[in-house]
Amino acid sequence: MKAMLVTRTSLCLACKACEIACAVEHSASKDLYTAIQESPAPCARVTVLQGEGFTVPLQCRQCENAPCMQVCPTQALSRLDQSSPVLLEENLCIGCTWCVQACPFGVIRLDAQSHAIIKCDQCFARVQSGELPACVVACPTHALEFKTQDEILAEKREATLAEIRGTLDEVTK
Amino acid sequence: MANQKKRTADHAAEQMLGRAEQLGIETAWHRWEAMQPQCGFGKLGLCCRHCNMGPCRIDPFGSGPKMGVCGATADTIAARHLVRMIAAGTAAHSDHGRGIVHALHMFGEGETVDYAVKDEAKLLAIAAEYGIATKGVPIKKVAAEVAEAAYEEFGRQFGHQRFAERAPEKRRQLWERLGVSPRGIDREVANMMNITLMGVDNDYKSILTHGIRGALVNGWGGSMIATEMSDILFGGPKPIRASVNLGVLREDEVNIVVHGHEPTLSEMIVAAAQDPEMIALAQQHGAKGITLAGICCTANEILMRHGVPIAGNFLMQELAILTGAVEAMIVDVQCVMPGLSEVTRCYHTKLVTTSPKCRFPGTDVAHIEFDEKHAFETAKQIVRLAIENYAHRDQSKVRIPQNTTGLVAGFTAENAFRFLGGHYRSSYRPLNNAIIEGRIRGLAGVVGCNNPNVCQDQAHLTMTRELIKHDVLVVQTGCAAIACAKDGLLAPEGAALAGPGLREICETVGIPPVLHLGACVDNSRILVALCNVLNEGGLGEDLSDIPVAGAAPEWMSEKAISIGFYVVASGIYTVFGTPHPVMGAPNVTDYLLRGMEEDYGATFAFEEDPIKAAHLMIDHINKKRAALKLRPMLHDTYAETDATAELVGV
Repeated sequence: MKAMLVTRTSLCLACKACEIACAVEHSASKDLYTAIQESPAPCARVTVLQGEGFTVPLQCRQCENAPCMQVCPTQALSRLDQSSPVLLEENLCIGCTWCVQACPFGVIRLDAQSHAIIKCDQCFARVQSGELPACVVACPTHALEFKTQDEILAEKREATLAEIRGTLDEVTK
Repeated sequence: MANQKKRTADHAAEQMLGRAEQLGIETAWHRWEAMQPQCGFGKLGLCCRHCNMGPCRIDPFGSGPKMGVCGATADTIAARHLVRMIAAGTAAHSDHGRGIVHALHMFGEGETVDYAVKDEAKLLAIAAEYGIATKGVPIKKVAAEVAEAAYEEFGRQFGHQRFAERAPEKRRQLWERLGVSPRGIDREVANMMNITLMGVDNDYKSILTHGIRGALVNGWGGSMIATEMSDILFGGPKPIRASVNLGVLREDEVNIVVHGHEPTLSEMIVAAAQDPEMIALAQQHGAKGITLAGICCTANEILMRHGVPIAGNFLMQELAILTGAVEAMIVDVQCVMPGLSEVTRCYHTKLVTTSPKCRFPGTDVAHIEFDEKHAFETAKQIVRLAIENYAHRDQSKVRIPQNTTGLVAGFTAENAFRFLGGHYRSSYRPLNNAIIEGRIRGLAGVVGCNNPNVCQDQAHLTMTRELIKHDVLVVQTGCAAIACAKDGLLAPEGAALAGPGLREICETVGIPPVLHLGACVDNSRILVALCNVLNEGGLGEDLSDIPVAGAAPEWMSEKAISIGFYVVASGIYTVFGTPHPVMGAPNVTDYLLRGMEEDYGATFAFEEDPIKAAHLMIDHINKKRAALKLRPMLHDTYAETDATAELVGV
């Protein structure tokens, strides 16, 4: 089932633990102390940004109708199946940066070291083996969550029901 | 970008920031912007790195960890970290004091001819306070004995700091009751490091109590020793006119900038820069002469004793180099940004480190170690290096902003308020009377640093203007004093912005409404001045009775935390701009903002808006006036002056 990264911005403290965990997860060694010495240096697919009065980690939204996939001339960006995130076949990427331009969120960038683009893959291999994405696990305030659409909708409907219940109580008081 | 806020209130700094961007040179402001957003755990005081079971972080939202691996709560973690900050601040000021004592001792023992006792009266007064016999004793011997007695305050194993006896009796009894009478300086620093170790103290209030004693040993120990011994060695400051801002640098002279804190070095550089041999050498190298200017507190030291101009405050250290006209920047210790060497690399400017305590990596930074024995020779060597570097200056890169402002510095606890009575009525009586009669509402100390997290100088200026407008006489030290000096508030003409009561007094006596009391160690002068106010009579029995408040609106250094704690624990309400890193610890925060009142008769407040902060201080002063049953203010309808008006232009 396709899942998405959800941020509760009110909980984000901008500690950047997600950035560090992401970089480590996408390193060769997957070990913090070794990763910081690797060359090319591993880099994060998520960036914590400062908004007006809030901070938020931004990463690829894995668009259903992904513009990056559509413009990619070498089919380096693709999906394994409907529920899969948009994945990069690094060998096919020629670094033309069309996807960088097509992305509406500014979360795809060219990596000067590997001459290929960098984007969030929702920690595909981890999730396949039943784990959560590294950023979600790293977030100390649980501001980041990994959920399916059904789970999100169920939560929202529950909240709506609670709200209606409250209104009814008010009216019948 | 959400972070594109106004960076500085200083026009010269603004020009230099523009220049930095034109050249692609990074300054603290740019690095600060690149650092955004900054970690909320650090800001809230919720991360602990005291042991290797960690690092630990407490989730302030409650769904994550509530305790560190050892079981430390948010309160324990924040209190321990805060106390380590106090320890660092106390260590810095006190080690500065130790350096001055060392120079005095070397003079006394005849080990250096470069230093001498310039203020004999003060030496004798301190000797009397220490119980050292002086009658018929040669001055050198007295100096050596005073230095030895001062040394003992550092290693003291029994009893309490001697200068703490200057505090009013009620305060000393309160400290004794609360167990915070400051003991040996080094002992208190060691104690703070010990009790904050993993597995020692974990009661937040007990931890803070250790911290408070460790802060008091700074204010009534290390810092006070630094101030007193500096006055003995280099002379007690007297009011002196000078100018401030980057415009003091000269296009056709060798410009030397001293930056740091300890006057043992900068005093000698002053002498070397005025040496006829050096001036002649500068002329041989094509310059018209030598201009010496200061940054930070070493600037304040030589400003108040020699009228040496000030190039700027903390955030201007990199900007001074961007003028392209500085031959050498000489640094000692504290507030020296590691980023300096990156900026000097873009220019001919030679960065010279002088202390074994503060070195830079890289071979392009000259290290000319300074020792008291060869002080003047070393100073001449450094000045010579600057002169020889003049030929390497690229005049096409020179951009000196034309801004300078006049100021009067050199007020002390001994002289500051005596001026209120003029020459013939030289006592604290006129100050006390002015407060009692309601001409002056009260006193405020506005001190501290610069910090790129607020618009440079803006909080200092806005707060100080608001205070004097409400007839509060302001005293300043450190980079706060330099900020207001650049704005013209430290010149007698600044009285035009004061309320009618304060203005009348300033204009009659000819003093500014804002008095420069020296460097950051000289906050001890404020403590002594307030003791003098009490001794004069009529304004209560304890420091917490006086209508006075303190503030550090742009604080940055751990020294500011240490100062804040000794000031509040001495009974003086103090407002910090951005909060201490404790806000994630509810009980610690509550103790600082409320609980300390019951114990010490004063609390902290955190308020970033300088106008609101000024009014917290004014309200507090009014509360103290009411408690003393003082007369209503003579002029409570004050003329509306514009707190943002331009007082001094170029």
